[in-house]
Amino acid sequence: MYQILHKEKLGPDIYMYRFRAPDVARNRKPGQFVIVRIAENGERIPITITDVDTDEGSITLIVQAVGKTTLQMAQMKEGDFIPTITGPLGEPTRIEKVGRVLCVGGGIGIAPLFPVAEGMKDIGNHVTSILGARSSNLLILIERMREVSHELIVTTDDGTEGEKGLVTDVIRELVGKGKVYDLCIAMGPPIMMKFVCVLTKELNIPTIVSLNPIMVDGTGMCGCCRVTVGDEIKFACVDGPEFDGHKVDFDELMARLAIYKAEEKEALEYYYSKAGCRLDSTLEGGSR
Amino acid sequence: MNAKDRLKIPPVKMPEQDPAERIKNVDEVPIGYTSEMAMLEASRCLQCKTPFCIEGCPVGIDIPAFIKFIEVGDFKGAIRKMKEKNLLPSICGRVCPQEEQCQLFCTIGKARKNPGESVMIGKLERFIADWEREQGEPEKPPAVKPSGKRVAIIGAGPAGLTVAGDLIRFGHEVIVFEALHKAGGVLVYGIPEFRLPKKIVQNEVDYLENLGVKFQYNYVIGKTIPVREVVSEFDAVFIGTGAGLPRFMRVDGENLLGVLSANEYLTRANLMKAYDFPRADTPIVKGRKVITVGGGNVAMDCARTALRMGAERSLIVYRRAEEQMPARLEEIHHAKEEGVEFHLLQNPVRLVGDERGWISGAELIKMELGEPDSSGRRRPVPIEGSEFIEDTDALIVAIGNSPNPLVPASFPELEVTRWGGIVVNEITGQTSVQGVFAGGDIVLGAATVILAMGHGRRAARAMNLYLSSGRWVDLDRAMDLCMAEVR
Ligand SMILES: Cc1cc2nc3c(=O)[nH]c(=O)nc-3n(C[C@H](O)[C@H](O)[C@H](O)COP(=O)(O)OP(=O)(O)OC[C@H]3O[C@@H](n4cnc5c(N)ncnc54)[C@H](O)[C@@H]3O)c2cc1C
Ligand code: SF4
Ligand code: FES
Repeated sequence: MYQILHKEKLGPDIYMYRFRAPDVARNRKPGQFVIVRIAENGERIPITITDVDTDEGSITLIVQAVGKTTLQMAQMKEGDFIPTITGPLGEPTRIEKVGRVLCVGGGIGIAPLFPVAEGMKDIGNHVTSILGARSSNLLILIERMREVSHELIVTTDDGTEGEKGLVTDVIRELVGKGKVYDLCIAMGPPIMMKFVCVLTKELNIPTIVSLNPIMVDGTGMCGCCRVTVGDEIKFACVDGPEFDGHKVDFDELMARLAIYKAEEKEALEYYYSKAGCRLDSTLEGGSR
Repeated sequence: MNAKDRLKIPPVKMPEQDPAERIKNVDEVPIGYTSEMAMLEASRCLQCKTPFCIEGCPVGIDIPAFIKFIEVGDFKGAIRKMKEKNLLPSICGRVCPQEEQCQLFCTIGKARKNPGESVMIGKLERFIADWEREQGEPEKPPAVKPSGKRVAIIGAGPAGLTVAGDLIRFGHEVIVFEALHKAGGVLVYGIPEFRLPKKIVQNEVDYLENLGVKFQYNYVIGKTIPVREVVSEFDAVFIGTGAGLPRFMRVDGENLLGVLSANEYLTRANLMKAYDFPRADTPIVKGRKVITVGGGNVAMDCARTALRMGAERSLIVYRRAEEQMPARLEEIHHAKEEGVEFHLLQNPVRLVGDERGWISGAELIKMELGEPDSSGRRRPVPIEGSEFIEDTDALIVAIGNSPNPLVPASFPELEVTRWGGIVVNEITGQTSVQGVFAGGDIVLGAATVILAMGHGRRAARAMNLYLSSGRWVDLDRAMDLCMAEVR
């Protein structure tokens, strides 16, 4: 059993949790994830580790409540236990000195980006971070990202914080000003990663992305997490989760992520009917 | 009763759920013998002077002896006899391919000129194990003095569980590390509830816990802790990580939506209880017409699960003929009774999708049998120009699994074969690393529960010997003495 040591709300439906999991904390490297299962009949979902505290034996996960499991998790309190945290899984990020690195994070994707940016800076790269979200209240970890970046630019779709626009606008602008980057690391919604990759390919900047397909075991046993990279089929949980973004078939990834859309809705409705709580987004949107 | 009378008794059929009914639930298909049925079936055994059945048993159960106990109604005696050699009879009685092991060699089957009419050794095994479970607390072995040695077991499949059960009896401290959140390996994530109820596996695991075995779930060795650390912190290690790497067909369209590996399909259905969705969180692809590619137990399990998940039609597509199917006869028989359609001598060459990226059909090519291959089975050869499209909205790939690469990959000292199996000494299960043993599917490739258990038993004897003597070189010779007893 894994205890919640600390829980904090970072934004609408966005929570940060610190779980006690000493062996995971001790052996984790940036870029790795865990599989979490929060109840006896719960599903197994992958979540990238944002940070660890080896003294406390804890790992930090940032989770956006978007479905049944993540909503149920949001109802949990400090001191509560969950039955499964398995990890650290996946191959760690290749942290190397390459020169100038562009770290692009979208929404909840800033959470997995943080440890990678931190590693990239520690090893001596020049780090420029571009963080984007739909709106200011969905931006997370800005201050911590500032600490691990030489330069940090924030954008929001609605202009409520930083520049109004998309992360790709910022990349274009920086490169237009004559800035040169040796590597781009993009983490966020698949659609954002897709467009970042389209652009960086055009600009000739090698780009690493972290993929988040549906998983079951997370150990290479089921093949549920298959992604097409170039002309190869890879298992994201063991071969990834990071891949060469210019080779990833994002359309396939998005289609695969939507396989169980109807069931996810059904599970959420079933949970609503029993738990009497809802997502902030459905409350605020008034779309009940 | 003399031998003639015994020969005359027809095999006692085990009552089963009606096929039309059972595809609407996930309850076990065979319901079990009553005591009377079991005693009658037991009375068919001739108590042969040379019991050939034992020759056919990978762990050498004293079959006539346990059957005699059943015949006379001494069920306690029967289970004791059984457990001398087989710690998991409730499981083996249900999943062993008896028709190619003990029952193939049985004198009764030979005399009746039909191995299908041999003494129903497997069903009696199941009966006696179920009887014991119904009595409540199983008998505990006598307590032994702690040895002070610590053993780590990686993987809680049948191989690992068997080693755990044996080593705890020798007084060693035993910790089992399991990657998943439940123990049992394929028994809990692969083999369906209707064939092996999960409470039976849990019961065996509870029993081991009762004996003092510790289970550390959610631990992926090689990730959560390095293999090297486990090897250095324990006096001996057993690797039983199984053959969990699904093979795909490598044909076009295999990444279409609605195409799953058998492992994914069965894991969702069994371990994650997708049959109980939305009370259990995990959903599953529900095709109206489901194609399963393959001819083994795994394929039968998928095809039969598909019916229970509501498929209107469930097809097996297999590239050889029925006689060559590796599945247990009983599974093939049950699948047919339930309405699974067998499309034999066909093989997918390409999968086609619709505009949303979902599978809409499989292009199959017809096959004919050619010359025998290295396995002795006639090799299927494609018939050129015979391709046709079979419509479908879900396809499950059940063409086999390879050894799980995770542990060997992160521990290069461990010698592996070209196809990824860990190399061991066949007698002892010793690997290339001192103190480290291995067995089951990680050594054999996808094999059987009983072979995994047999490996476990032998490795446990060898590990005990190693722990008490410190001898590593020539351990197999020292083992010879003990082997007479366990074969
Ligand atoms: C669907 C299906 C049906 C089958 N039907 C039959 C049948 O009817 N009869 C029969 O005899 N056989 C059958 N088999 C085969 C049989 O189940 C296997 O041969 C047997 O389970 C092998 O046992 P094992 O202990 O070697 O490995 P497994 O049962 O595969 O167990 C390995 C365990 O190790 C764990 N593990 C893997 N890597 C790690 C790691 N790094 N750290 C920690 N834990 C790890 C896995 O999670 C798993 O729990 C079937 C197999 C399948 C898939
Ligand atoms: S071979 Fe058949 S009849 Fe003879 S002892 Fe074995 S089970 Fe009984
Ligand atoms: S999640 Fe099962 S193989 Fe990757």
